[in-house]
Amino acid sequence: MIDGKRPEPVITVKVQEADFDIAQLQSKLLGGACAEGAITTFTGYVRRDNEDRRIDQLALEHYPGMTERSITEIAEQAAERWPLLAAYVVHRIGKLAPGEQIVWVGVASKHREAAFSACEFIMDYLKTRAPFWKKETASGTEHWVSARGTDSERAARWQDGGIE
Amino acid sequence: MLKVLFFARVREQLGCAALELQWPEHGLDLDGLQEQLCRERGARWRAVLAQDNMVRAVNQTVVSGNRALHNGDEIAFFPPVTGG
Repeated sequence: MIDGKRPEPVITVKVQEADFDIAQLQSKLLGGACAEGAITTFTGYVRRDNEDRRIDQLALEHYPGMTERSITEIAEQAAERWPLLAAYVVHRIGKLAPGEQIVWVGVASKHREAAFSACEFIMDYLKTRAPFWKKETASGTEHWVSARGTDSERAARWQDGGIE
Repeated sequence: MLKVLFFARVREQLGCAALELQWPEHGLDLDGLQEQLCRERGARWRAVLAQDNMVRAVNQTVVSGNRALHNGDEIAFFPPVTGG
C-alpha cells in the first residue's frame, strides 16, 4: 500500500451442486498469493432437525445470474468496510442430505478483526439477500422453509448505527 | 420483449417458471406488469402475486415499490430468500 490505496481484494463466488473440500478452498482463497495476517472461514451444514421436524432431504433452488451477482456485491461491500485481501464464497444447490456441507465463506485480511467481521457480515447478508430457497422433505412431506426474522435482525445490525 | 421469472413457492403456486411478454407500445411499469398478468391469468395469479412479503426484482436487483420498465428487462417474483 505504497500509494495509500487498498489493494483490490480477490473476490470469488461459486454456486455448484458438487461438494467442496475446505482445505483446498482455503489454499485457493488468495489465488496463489501467500496468506498474511489472518484467514477466517465459516462452513454451514444442513440441519438434521428444524422446528421439531426430522429432515430427510433439503433441495436448494436459486436464481441463476442474480445469485452470483448478489453475493459478489455483498463481498464488495465487505471489502469497502474492512481491508480485505480476499473473499471466497461457495454455495451448493440441488439436493442435499442432513449433515452435508452447504456453504463456505473464507476471508483473508492482514488483521483478524477485519477477517472475523467481514466473514460474519458476508454470511448475514447472504442469508437475507442472496436468492436461494430451501425446500425440506421431512417424514415424506415437502415444505418450503420460511425466512426467519432473526436472520433479518442479524443483517440489520450491520447498518448505520449498528456494530462496526 | 419482457422476460418474467418466478421462483420457489411462487413458481409452484402459479405452475409457471418463466414467460415472455411483448413490449407494449404505450410502455409499462412494474405495477402495470403485475396488473396485466393478474388480468390475463385470473384470480389465482392475483392472489399469489399479492401475497405478503412478495419480492420483486428488475434486472436481477431487488426493488421496493413501483419502477419504470424498459423493453428487454428481466423481472422476477419470488418469496423471501432462505439460503445459507
